[in-house]
Amino acid sequence: MKKHTTLLAGAIMILAGMATAHAEDTIRFATEGAYPPFNERAADGSLKGFEIDLGMALCDKIKRACEFQAQDWDGMIPGLLANKYDGIFASMAITGERKKKIDFTNKYYQTGGVFVARKGAKLDTADKALGGKVIGTIPGVTQCYLEKAYPQATVRVYETADSLYLDLESGRVDAILSDAIGVDFGLLKTERGKDMEFVSEIYTDRECFGEGVGIGMRKEDSELRDQFNKAIAELRADGTYDTIMKKYFQYDIYGK
Amino acid sequence: MSLTEFSENYAPVDFMLVAQHWPLFLLGLRNTLILLAGPLALSCLFAVPLALIRANRVPIANRIIFAYTYLFRGTPLLVQLYLLYYGAAQFSLIRDTFLWTILREAWWCAFISFTLCSTAYITEILRGAIETVPKGEIEAANACGMSPSTRMRRIILPNAFRRALPAFSNEVIFTLHSTVLASTVTIIDILGAARLFNNKYYLAFDGFIVAALLYMALVYTINRGFKFWEGKWHRHLSRERTT
Repeated sequence: MKKHTTLLAGAIMILAGMATAHAEDTIRFATEGAYPPFNERAADGSLKGFEIDLGMALCDKIKRACEFQAQDWDGMIPGLLANKYDGIFASMAITGERKKKIDFTNKYYQTGGVFVARKGAKLDTADKALGGKVIGTIPGVTQCYLEKAYPQATVRVYETADSLYLDLESGRVDAILSDAIGVDFGLLKTERGKDMEFVSEIYTDRECFGEGVGIGMRKEDSELRDQFNKAIAELRADGTYDTIMKKYFQYDIYGK
Repeated sequence: MSLTEFSENYAPVDFMLVAQHWPLFLLGLRNTLILLAGPLALSCLFAVPLALIRANRVPIANRIIFAYTYLFRGTPLLVQLYLLYYGAAQFSLIRDTFLWTILREAWWCAFISFTLCSTAYITEILRGAIETVPKGEIEAANACGMSPSTRMRRIILPNAFRRALPAFSNEVIFTLHSTVLASTVTIIDILGAARLFNNKYYLAFDGFIVAALLYMALVYTINRGFKFWEGKWHRHLSRERTT
């Protein structure tokens, strides 16, 4: 009996330790690893990109160790809530829908959605148009906007941006609605995208695209979130943000 | 407390939200059933002649069919589906022909690769059953003066079908489980519906539980169907036979 009590006490202590020890643990960021140049896999399988560089710089600022892990876009928010990692650093837009579940830092860049199609493809992208057209997208802000603004279109939802681009190339979809910066770098500026182009304006509808892209965090981690907000402002002020940005982009992606 | 409130905050699965989305899950169920029944029906049709060729060691054709079943049973179905869906799309040679009107549709890619794969499995199941028909029965048929085709029709095939039934019922369930691969190429099957549902409300597993229940219900139905079928075909093997 005594033995059991000791064991039980031990188990409780371990559990309690797990609950409180996180203050100085490594901060784990999740990213998709399929969204160049923000996050992608290097040849050796490790994660690299703008968000990885920025994340590491932020952690330097707040003097904490950080690491990135890959996570499919599908389970991004549930994984955060289930404590599989402490932050979503994966180009996730700050939207009202998502804010019901999780919290965000201030934005660290801003983008919008744009239609991309084969050069010369005449696509009428006026509101409520696109009847009979097959449009590809990935879950999230662009899917939201497609369903809201183009209920007539046939929507195909892909798991990753990579497979989305492949099917635009093959012609399975007539056009894709994609994040403007992501598709510019992931497709248009690459060899595969030489026959593709933007075929619409860039949409920034607030309901769907939100107020920019931030780090997704659990609501109870407000202290860490505030530290990151401060660090983002500092990186913006001391020029580190611009240095990292220029490594990847020729223009400003922070927005106003 | 209202039912909606209870469902949202306390129930393990937000069943009211699921109920609101029944057309989505129904669509998924419909697509899964089509992707199960269609390829299976075709596979059964193709497998009989292929298995006969294999069992009778028809020269050349036997080798070719062996290579086919070896290839398709030796590689994962997901790889086969990706090769057909993404691989074929890379060649303008294919894109410029009439083949593309078929392969352009994710739907047909899934249909074709499921059919090819289960044909390979069912062919081998049937071949095994045909080859192991007891010698005595064949000799008896010969002694009665049956021609080879009559012998095949009356003695060998009915016996082989009967003994292939348990393995076949397993194959049907495996095929059901592999239809989930359709969701990786944008088709909304049961799993695809669950994923869309989860994504829409940022849920971790609620949609998957609904999907699991639907698959279980399907497997239960399939099992009952085969039990009934076996009861008819295997009555002579039943232990509680009363005379």
